[in-house]
Amino acid sequence: MSVNLLDARGTPVEKQKFTLRELVQKPISKMDDDAFTRVRIILANGLEQQANRFQHMCSQINGELRPALASVRRVEHHQQTMINWLLSSDHSPIETTIGYEQVAIEVTAAIAQQEPDPYLAQVYRFGLLEDFDHMYRYSALLDRVEGKDANNILQCYTDIIPGRITFDEHRHPTDDLRDHYDRTKAAPISKMNALTIMSGEYQTRDYYMNIGPMFSDPVARQLYAEIASIEEQHVTQYGSIIDPDETLLEKWLLYEANEVYNYYSFMESEGNPRIKAIWERFMDYELGHLDLVKNLFQKYENRDPAEILPETLPDPIPFESQREFVRQTLEAEIHLRTNGSKFVNKQDESRQSIEYRDYINSEGSPSNAVAEGYVWTPGTEITRLTAVGGK
Amino acid sequence: MPQANKMGMNKTGMAMSPIQGKQMMEGAKELTQAGPISFAAMEKIRSDYASPDDYIGTVPVPDSFKGMLSAGKEKIQGHNPEVLINKLGQRLAFERTGVRIYDALIFKCETINDPISKEVISIDSLKHFRDEEAEHFFLLKEVIESLGADPTAMTPDADVSALASMGIPKVLMEPRTTVLQCLEAVQTTELTDNAAWEVLIKLCNNMGMSELADKFSKPLKQEKTHAETIKNWINKLALMQAGTM
Repeated sequence: MSVNLLDARGTPVEKQKFTLRELVQKPISKMDDDAFTRVRIILANGLEQQANRFQHMCSQINGELRPALASVRRVEHHQQTMINWLLSSDHSPIETTIGYEQVAIEVTAAIAQQEPDPYLAQVYRFGLLEDFDHMYRYSALLDRVEGKDANNILQCYTDIIPGRITFDEHRHPTDDLRDHYDRTKAAPISKMNALTIMSGEYQTRDYYMNIGPMFSDPVARQLYAEIASIEEQHVTQYGSIIDPDETLLEKWLLYEANEVYNYYSFMESEGNPRIKAIWERFMDYELGHLDLVKNLFQKYENRDPAEILPETLPDPIPFESQREFVRQTLEAEIHLRTNGSKFVNKQDESRQSIEYRDYINSEGSPSNAVAEGYVWTPGTEITRLTAVGGK
Repeated sequence: MPQANKMGMNKTGMAMSPIQGKQMMEGAKELTQAGPISFAAMEKIRSDYASPDDYIGTVPVPDSFKGMLSAGKEKIQGHNPEVLINKLGQRLAFERTGVRIYDALIFKCETINDPISKEVISIDSLKHFRDEEAEHFFLLKEVIESLGADPTAMTPDADVSALASMGIPKVLMEPRTTVLQCLEAVQTTELTDNAAWEVLIKLCNNMGMSELADKFSKPLKQEKTHAETIKNWINKLALMQAGTM
């Protein structure tokens, strides 16, 4: 299926309506639905949340666009509701966390491979190895606190192996800033990739900040505090690859185009027909948003949206296991650190990041503590403990 | 009708992904450099936060101890009345939640289209149990007031009991759960409730408040019937569903 971003009109915004009953659909099955259905749901939630957040910020700095922003934003909000409520109530907060990290790993790995700009691809690979380690730490937590196997959620698509250890991921704030793409030269797919990954990471940060205090276990409370801090670093990193000189409407166009692109990708890979119908409906909604923003762009900036948007959508984001790519990246790039916006070898890391890390870790490391001696084992670590005769 | 025993494409186990599962296991084994299993660092974090002076909340101070004093000043002397207030508050909250749990179970049983459940479970009995939970709540409210304490306050044990049973209303309210799954959730509360009434009665007796203990013997008896009945229904349902009865 091909979608023409310049001509397609989508569903007009005034026809994008929801009843409250409609917002709350039957959820997916934690056990029977494919893990990538959950991955798409979580990612879509992040994209909608970020669209809503961006449009609120725009409203704070532009009065004239407020009516259009309010109209589109209400729909984005309701889209997010319908999507996020697809997660079933039997997911414990840690199980949902495993789903979030699966998104971070599989989607970042897929995007790193399709990204045409080598520096940006490096940025994604760098972040990927860090989220990969979070998966290992949270799997240990799920196993050791709830007695559950994270692979019940992952369904063998994603490895549970240490990455760049979370202990080493803490960096000085300015060492998380990257060089941004040049809005006049970057490919549209590069701009959209940045929005996808930033949105995913932003919702992960927010999710951990919301659920961290729900745990009673001091280890879990500390671990969520620690990994939320890294997710904040990731939002800083991915936010900084976006060109700050894009105009507000240029950014809005890209947000809407990216939502179209993501829903198109979801549709192409979704195996659950009920969920696929939601993706189809929402792609039409996003085309409607895009159409509205294209008109605003022409009206206020007197520019042709074709300056910004590709005529056709790039190849869809693949939603499938990226195991081999992740392992290759792990082997080749685990040693990388940063010095300002540059990726460097361990010995060239900035002094300020080393000092920052030494301080933040100086009273102990929950991410190290939770996984001491942990090796993921099917059916949980208990099977190993029993085999060796207990603790 | 939700089905718990339907065979289907459950994707959670290793057997569903023989190729990917093998890669995953080999990778975890070869690429995880970990020392021996140790919980020492986790335990250190936990003990860092543990303090003998810490608590989740306090037992609310009664308006006055006048009720309690007139009810048996001498008897309660030398004991800690706050333990009794805490426990009474815990039972009150539990019974109150019990009413809501039975309401949810009755709704589930009335609306579900499952001939086996309809045959085994008596909705009238469930309604009777629900009313008894409400009676217990009112009895406890009256007792707490007579002791000069506040039945609207949440005591620490009430809070922690609710924390422990947080998943039970979730199971009952979940549209996809079966009657049998819900009964098993209710069984958890009934077994806890039985044991807790026993503790409360013992506490009253040992504090010299035998009149109160006598009052509580009726709820205990009723709760025993609830637990027994639920257990029998669970047995019957499971056996009938398996075709062995």
